[in-house]
Amino acid sequence: MGAQLRVVRRRIASTKSMAKITRAQELIASSRIVKAQQRVRESGPYARQITRAISALVSHNVGVGHPLLTERPESNRAAVLLITSDRGFAGGYNANVLREAEGLMTMLREQGKEPIAYIVGRKGVGWYRFREREYADAWTGFSDNPRFEHAETIGRALVGEFSKPVEEGGVGEIHIVYTEFVSMLTQTAQVRRLLPLEIEEADELPEEQSQGALPAYDFEPSASAVLDALLPNYIESRIWHMLLQAAASEHAQRRRAMKSATDNANDVIESLTRVANQARQAEITQEISEIVGGANALAETSAGSE
Amino acid sequence: MAKLHVELVSPEREIWAGEADMVVAKTIEGEMGILPGHAPVLGVMVDGSVVRVHPADGGEVVAAMVSGGFFSVASNEVSVLAEYAELGGEVDVHAAREEYERVSAQDGDEAAAAQRRARARLRAAGQEV
Repeated sequence: MGAQLRVVRRRIASTKSMAKITRAQELIASSRIVKAQQRVRESGPYARQITRAISALVSHNVGVGHPLLTERPESNRAAVLLITSDRGFAGGYNANVLREAEGLMTMLREQGKEPIAYIVGRKGVGWYRFREREYADAWTGFSDNPRFEHAETIGRALVGEFSKPVEEGGVGEIHIVYTEFVSMLTQTAQVRRLLPLEIEEADELPEEQSQGALPAYDFEPSASAVLDALLPNYIESRIWHMLLQAAASEHAQRRRAMKSATDNANDVIESLTRVANQARQAEITQEISEIVGGANALAETSAGSE
Repeated sequence: MAKLHVELVSPEREIWAGEADMVVAKTIEGEMGILPGHAPVLGVMVDGSVVRVHPADGGEVVAAMVSGGFFSVASNEVSVLAEYAELGGEVDVHAAREEYERVSAQDGDEAAAAQRRARARLRAAGQEV
């Protein structure tokens, strides 16, 4: 077998095994998106109820002056939580989050604030390490399958930073950059301000708005105690929601990236097969002409000797 | 008679939902029974307590261990939002008993909270503690 043919065949074989791997990754991601979407749905009732309860409290004017609801202009530090993935192979997923975060940080700096990074996911940590930038804290190992404890840990840490006095390095605001799962085809990096809180109605539930005025609640034991207990839960629920959205987006983007990788590999295999066939044919043609040429030469010499 | 529409949810999933005659939950100030027609109320639940729901179809009482969270009642809708919740029927009694005995031997605030949760888990499962 000729050298060219051997090389091409080897490349076909390696491309084929690569296609197998990316295809498997694609299938895994597809099956996980369904699971991740289901978890987003399952977190819906809790998020809806807690938002309603908080809105009820705020409509009673209980929240006025609550530390988690008031602006802190005296602090010029702003925490930025980046939700990235632990693994790569997800197309532009992490790049988009990091770019969005860079934009936010530039904006904060222009406002005279000092951004402090908090990171979820190994890829974000790697990006910061590589550039030798500082970050305050990082949580890794759960980006594709978060559990509520993770949201709880992150929420507590961030609220802790926010509640600290300014002299001890307390932050004045907290922003989160994450990827919103719009649909299977669209996922967009988003920036949200977590603290001071702006109570937002869950966007996915338009029927909530039509329910009109909230009833006059009694509070047990007291309105401010309920608010104190509820606000951290609400923050955790917001973070939880974002972690789930980010996980679903990660799977969706990985699936797409792996699908185009598989398609590309198949294209490469096709064109390489053509090259291989041509090389094989050229070899055969050459062999035939050598044999014919050899036979002719033999016939001529034997004809000359007679 | 009017029924209560009850939703028992944790952040990760909905634990139980359906019609009920009565819901009993424990707030910081004591146990509170909620019947249909109850005035709107928002209450903070004790970390490590048991919520009991008496289903409207006369079925067995649904008991769940909850840790932290709150409940809200408004126009016969009861939502119990627990940071963590486990139905009595899902409790691994043996493991819960061991856990209870382990944390009972320890001192400190953390252990006291863990003991309360473990006890609630056992009581939700219908065990005597």
